[in-house]
Amino acid sequence: METHGCVVFFFFFSRPCVRERRIHFVLLISRQGKVRLTKWYSTYSKKERSKVLRELSGVILTRGPRLCNFVEWRGLKVVYKRYASLYFCMCIDPDGNELEILEIIHHYVEVLDRYFGSVCELDLIYNFHKAYYILDEILISGELQESSKRTVVRSVAAQDSLVEAAKEQTGSTISNIIAHAAK
Amino acid sequence: MSGPSLMDSLFQRTLEDLIKGLRQQLIGEQAFISKALEEIRKEIKSTDLSTKSTALLKLCYLSNLHFHDMSFAAFHALEVLSSPRFSHKKIAYHAISLSFHDSTPVLLLITNHLRKDLTSTNEFEVSLSLQCLSRIANVDLARDLTPEVFTLLSSNKLYVRKRAVAVVLRVFEKYPDSVRVCFKRLVENLENYDPQILSAVVGVFSELACKDPRSYLPLAPEFYKILVDSKSNWISIKVLKIFAKIAPLEPRLANRVVEPICDLMRKTGAKSLLFECVRTVVTSFSEYESAVRLAVEKIREFLVDEDPNLKYLGLHALSIVASKHLWVVSENKEVVIKSLSDPDPNIKIESLRLVMAMVSEHNVAEISKVLVNYALKSDPLFCNEILGSILSTCSRNVYEIIVDFDWYVSLLSEMSRIPHCQMGEEIENQFIDIGLRVKDVRPELVRVARDLLIDPALLGNSFLHRVLSAAAWVSGEYVEFSRNPLELMEALLQPRTSLLPPSIMAIYIQSAFKLLVFCLHTCFVRGGSTAGVSASASYESFDDLSIENGADSTVAHGQTCTSAPITNESIVNLLKLVELALSPLLGSHDVEVQERARNLLGFVDLIKLEALNSSGQEENESERKGVEATKIIRLVHDAFSKELGPVSLTAQGKVPVPDGLTLNENLGDLETICGDIELPSSNTFSFGYPSEEKDVLSFSNLQIKEDSGQSNESTSLLAEHRKRHGLYYLPSGKSEVISNDYPPANDPALQGDNNDNASDLVKLTAESLVPKRKPNHSKPRPVVVKLDEVDEKPVAVKQLESRDDSLSGAVRDILFGSEDILPTSSRSNLPNSNRKGKKKQHMITQVESKENVVDDGNSSSRRRKDHSHGKERRHRKKNAEERNETDRKEKESSSNHPRRHKSRQRAEEPLKVPPQTSVIPDFLL
Repeated sequence: METHGCVVFFFFFSRPCVRERRIHFVLLISRQGKVRLTKWYSTYSKKERSKVLRELSGVILTRGPRLCNFVEWRGLKVVYKRYASLYFCMCIDPDGNELEILEIIHHYVEVLDRYFGSVCELDLIYNFHKAYYILDEILISGELQESSKRTVVRSVAAQDSLVEAAKEQTGSTISNIIAHAAK
Repeated sequence: MSGPSLMDSLFQRTLEDLIKGLRQQLIGEQAFISKALEEIRKEIKSTDLSTKSTALLKLCYLSNLHFHDMSFAAFHALEVLSSPRFSHKKIAYHAISLSFHDSTPVLLLITNHLRKDLTSTNEFEVSLSLQCLSRIANVDLARDLTPEVFTLLSSNKLYVRKRAVAVVLRVFEKYPDSVRVCFKRLVENLENYDPQILSAVVGVFSELACKDPRSYLPLAPEFYKILVDSKSNWISIKVLKIFAKIAPLEPRLANRVVEPICDLMRKTGAKSLLFECVRTVVTSFSEYESAVRLAVEKIREFLVDEDPNLKYLGLHALSIVASKHLWVVSENKEVVIKSLSDPDPNIKIESLRLVMAMVSEHNVAEISKVLVNYALKSDPLFCNEILGSILSTCSRNVYEIIVDFDWYVSLLSEMSRIPHCQMGEEIENQFIDIGLRVKDVRPELVRVARDLLIDPALLGNSFLHRVLSAAAWVSGEYVEFSRNPLELMEALLQPRTSLLPPSIMAIYIQSAFKLLVFCLHTCFVRGGSTAGVSASASYESFDDLSIENGADSTVAHGQTCTSAPITNESIVNLLKLVELALSPLLGSHDVEVQERARNLLGFVDLIKLEALNSSGQEENESERKGVEATKIIRLVHDAFSKELGPVSLTAQGKVPVPDGLTLNENLGDLETICGDIELPSSNTFSFGYPSEEKDVLSFSNLQIKEDSGQSNESTSLLAEHRKRHGLYYLPSGKSEVISNDYPPANDPALQGDNNDNASDLVKLTAESLVPKRKPNHSKPRPVVVKLDEVDEKPVAVKQLESRDDSLSGAVRDILFGSEDILPTSSRSNLPNSNRKGKKKQHMITQVESKENVVDDGNSSSRRRKDHSHGKERRHRKKNAEERNETDRKEKESSSNHPRRHKSRQRAEEPLKVPPQTSVIPDFLL
């Protein structure tokens, strides 16, 4: 088993039960309380989700301007920031860094802005999936993934062109359908 | 199929159409959505993937923003996923990561799709599937896809690699065995120069270290390097988080790291990094004086900043420091107090917490005064926040910080008069609690209660009713301290009491009863025959001075307590008043009120005759009747003068079941319920005695025939009161003897014991706090009666702190099986002193370790082998137990050889640092 008094090892492999993610969820809520985007990194049931939204929009939307951007909520912290008519909210653990999250929110907004070209709420309403894709470029499982705006925009654009290319390859939908029907 | 499919496809609404339609809301949102859902259900069955994916996208939209169930589409999402087109894949992945969870039935079918995409040459496809994996991975997926993730960890596409790193976290979490395969590469990435990769790796480690910091101590040198070299604030913040967790475990590491952190704090311009430094220092480096000072300096900058965010965080950081360095808070006292009037409620609450953290016995009066002033001015919500925290802070550990109870009682009454106050219930509890526990404060308490009762305006405020009920109870229970019982009587019977709810009304009437008895007793019994007084006087005089003899006590009472003399005439008026006030209540709809009123009036009827006669001329006649009436009065008075003491929550359990008492099954069930300390009901119900035993016991040695009605009446009142304030009641006469919880306070013989008890308990409670308190105040703190389980509270608080330890201990138990021993040797040379030696500490497998020790040069080839070792390892695990045995013997025998010494550490290390073991050796080479 061992030579020259070499010691044999035995390993217990740890079970790193990782707690919930650093960012639990991301919400975009309009000033009127309409939800524009929800992304959940921790597990919440459907019921919990709408409850969270109800509670948080009640808390956040009623807060006046020039107050701090942090709300304690159910033992967690919600960092929110208002851009025009939209509130961007991220929920983090109490030991998370609030200012870092504010920067992430700002980063996201800037990327959106670059991508859409001075983004407005309507852009996000009609391109809700794009807003998701961009968020996915920035955050992965609740962690900041890409801190360079240029890189994010570039890779989103690359994927867009990939989508377009795929469409052209197979031809337009209608001709496709006609071909399909002609069979 | 092609017919409807064609139509569907041609006229399918796009996502944009859906959103537009939803916004126009021609037919109402719900109707529109259900119509759209119907369409989607049809379209999603289409064979055309474009149609299908559009339907899926629309469904995602509805599910995401309107929370509609999309689990029915799980299989369709998989079908779309199999499309070769990127656009379809993207939609499918989006839908899957949105809707799949551990119990999704088709989750099993996704493995191959993911595997295919993970090995795709298109980096975006890889990224999509990684993204998806990070969200939906369960044990099976994590296990099956570990090899692919492992490969991607060293992908030369940074875009892919950083995602793979992030996904590893989820894979580890779901399938711990993957640690063996992937950990090594993960650690290799720590040395990557690309900030994005580094950021991802450090992020993973900061998450891992949160859970079990000790395991990652061996990587400290790598983290240290990153901390010193890092140019990116994102990375620095994450590394700081790691150090905040691991540095406290190893003092030498902390010594080494504290300086770079301070440097960072001085140099950085980014507030987020600065704040992270500050927080790291105050949480994990609080024993480093200079670092804390620097952090405090920065906190102060935050506090005075215009930005409310910084202000809030400054306060927050202060509250972290407060637990260890209270001076920091006092230094910034002004800012903190000023923040109480900040427009932001969150800042206000944070500063309130800080203010409460500053409270000590020396400044509690000053701070409370300030706070009450703030409460007066603030909005109802914050006002009650303030009052609530004053109440809870002051009552903490049985009024630990209160020295001057007279002051505190008047503070309570002041607080209850604040217009927005809604803390009536808590104030009520404390009034009664203090009355029961602190004898010396009773005169003041009665005075305060009188002021509350006498003000008719207060009766109109429903939030105050609870306070008033306490005041009424106090003034009845401790009536002997009242200066003017007649005045109190009028207050209790004033017409506006009709505004009170019946339950409190009942307490008012009962208190009036006690008052009346007291007045009559003073007038007839004590005033009439001095001989009769001595016996009862010893009961009611809590003033130790007045116990000596009856005559003295009478004098004492005459002088101190009743400034307004109670004459026959006033008694007659009193009786009239009672009749006048209570007769309407005879028809009350509330049983309690009606019964109490009846009892009191019945008593008045009994007494009235004599009272009227004694004011008349027929001396002899009245004398004879007077004797009878006096007897009644004395009996009732004795009944009321028995002091009520606080009762231990566990007292009930200490009452043995008397012999011959058979408890039927139902009550037997109750016993288990009552045994539960959590249940307050255990105090209201004693299974040994009939429910009216409470009162019977208090005059147990008196024969009462005439008063049976009263005894019932007072019983029900007491029972009701008891229900609400169960905590303060003695369970029964017998338990009193047996449980020796609370010796009757008015029993002079036991007085000494009582004090001893209390001081014992005081000693028990908190050694650190009590001695400090005693030496330095002019006015001695009155004895506060405590009960055993009340004293357990501080202990419980301490346990709370230590619970974290036990929790992580439990985690470690899970992590390392039963062997959670932490060999000190393994930590001893960790910090930066000897990095190379440390890296050598860990081996991944038996084979590797052998190789490593035997011939270090060979290990680069090992890396490639590693992957294939999987099965072998699993096999080896079986024999591991035995080997461990041998292992230890081996170690013992080899301890004197320097090289072997190292290997011994290696052997012990894996017990708690399994993951790194796989990796570090190769770093050397």
